[in-house]
Amino acid sequence: MKILRFLLQKEFRQIFRDKTIIAMMFMMPTVQLIILPLAMDLEVKNISLSIVDRDHSSYSQQLISKVGSSGYFKMVSMEPSYKEALKYVERDEADVVLEIPAGFERNLIREGKQKVGLSVDAIDGTKASIGGSYLNAIIADFTANLEINNKATTPTNYTSKSFIDVTYSTWFNPLAQFKYYLVPGILVLLLTMIGGFLSSLNIVREKEVGTIEQINVSPIKKWQFILGKLIPFWIMGIIVFTLGLVVCWLIYGIVSEGSLLLLYLFAAFYLIAVLGFGLLISTISDNQIQAMFLAFFFMMIFTLMGGLFTSVESMPDWARNISNLMPITHFIRVVRMVMLKGSGFADVQLEFFYIIVFGVILNGWAIWNYRKTA
Amino acid sequence: MEEKVIICNDLTKQFGDFYAVNKISFDVYKGEVFGFLGANGAGKTTAMRILCGLSYPTSGKASVAGFDVYKQQESIKKNIGYMSQKFSLYENLTVSENIEFFGGIYGVERSEISMRRTDLIERLGLEKEVNKMVGELPLGWKQKLAFSVAIFHQPRIVFLDEPTGGVDPVTRRQFWDMIYEAAAGGITVFVTTHYMDEAEYCNRISIMVDGRIEALDTPENLKKNYSASSMDEVFYQLARGAKRSDN
Repeated sequence: MKILRFLLQKEFRQIFRDKTIIAMMFMMPTVQLIILPLAMDLEVKNISLSIVDRDHSSYSQQLISKVGSSGYFKMVSMEPSYKEALKYVERDEADVVLEIPAGFERNLIREGKQKVGLSVDAIDGTKASIGGSYLNAIIADFTANLEINNKATTPTNYTSKSFIDVTYSTWFNPLAQFKYYLVPGILVLLLTMIGGFLSSLNIVREKEVGTIEQINVSPIKKWQFILGKLIPFWIMGIIVFTLGLVVCWLIYGIVSEGSLLLLYLFAAFYLIAVLGFGLLISTISDNQIQAMFLAFFFMMIFTLMGGLFTSVESMPDWARNISNLMPITHFIRVVRMVMLKGSGFADVQLEFFYIIVFGVILNGWAIWNYRKTA
Repeated sequence: MEEKVIICNDLTKQFGDFYAVNKISFDVYKGEVFGFLGANGAGKTTAMRILCGLSYPTSGKASVAGFDVYKQQESIKKNIGYMSQKFSLYENLTVSENIEFFGGIYGVERSEISMRRTDLIERLGLEKEVNKMVGELPLGWKQKLAFSVAIFHQPRIVFLDEPTGGVDPVTRRQFWDMIYEAAAGGITVFVTTHYMDEAEYCNRISIMVDGRIEALDTPENLKKNYSASSMDEVFYQLARGAKRSDN
């Protein structure tokens, strides 16, 4: 224990002497939590629309103004022909072309049906499909209103189509805002960076400078050295997590629905798992560049496959399996459930089990891999 | 009979089919200053790392301070000090913090540490630098400090791997005074060097060529046997046949 105290004292001295690291510790949670969720929004807005109106009737005018007032579209041009409009798409100035054919109003009134042309630039798949479906919804709404008008004028028309009207209620995130999805995920990312990467770089640095040799030649026990490295970063992780929760509350008014104690319990064990991961990286790498490279490789996978931006459930089976093999996936799930839904321990106990298993495997592997005598 | 603190018998370290250390045998006695010489790439550092418990030998036998190099590395580590070729105190800790840390991890009590530290700082004349970062000290001072830290816990043997590389002649002289002082205090000194004037300061020296020990005796006897006027000449006669070098 005495020896461990010397190790911790030394570690804290070095950490607090490194002004960049300290600054980063406070910058990371604030900047990442404030800027990223506001900048990143999966809601598609500002879809550029080019319109070809060949009817020039009051109905076509109504449809155009309805589309315009929806707020999702930005009219970039009115063209006399489809060919002209397509040029806008080719020049990347328009995403969607809406073509209203001649006789639009007449056919609607006489025959009760009419086709409109919708051409979508599908290079940005999300924008295309969402833009297309917005426009579909607007047109459907437009025609429904027309039928109501029709009904009012001809009340004897009983054959009008019946609709199944779906009403939504959005739970846990009433305005369905992306930031509520993102913020808990970023909190988890912060812990991963501090626990996994800062710790591994720190150890590899000792290898690079050569001081680890001086440690290896001393009678320090393996567990003492490892705990001496893990404890400071564990504490830093918990501080950053706390800071993150404060930012969530101050900036977004997000206060955990579920128990804070439960969140901290998970954070504590999750940190142990990622610290083990960091330790493992450091035992594999000989220098900081290698460690950085490895860390980056995994960081990319963690951020893109851990369910931070996209839901794990909608991944293909094989990808979902990989995703479930990463501790970050489970912790993101837990933080979302506890913070946004107020889930209790019973709801997340399986995830707790996962995180414990990761912690044991990663740390065990790292300790096994670390050799005082080569 | 003097007490043997290092016993080495046919010690070998093999990397693939390369014999870094090839069946070396020697003994080192308590309180002796033992010079471990050899050209670059001769295998000195590899042998030293085995004796320090940092690396496993491939075959042969060796014991350090009475402990086996295969099974009792951690016991060896309690009884030795080590100063590597690479400077390895923490540059972003102060002089005082480094002493405290390295004393502490060898189990020296805090009260004992502060006593010995005051004494050490005074002897090194580092009173003004106590709270300076070690990284800011000139190389010569760093090396003297590193040596003092290596023997701070009063080990039975201290291993020095080219401790005076890049150090000016005056500081080297002071460094050797410190080595003698340590040896007089009963610490066995095992030192590698490339400076032949330093070799003359050793009680006995061994010269390694291509993984083998080619000569082992007192400097006087070596010069007599090779009918050379200086250690430089002895070394040259032995080492010019070497096939290996760093590159």
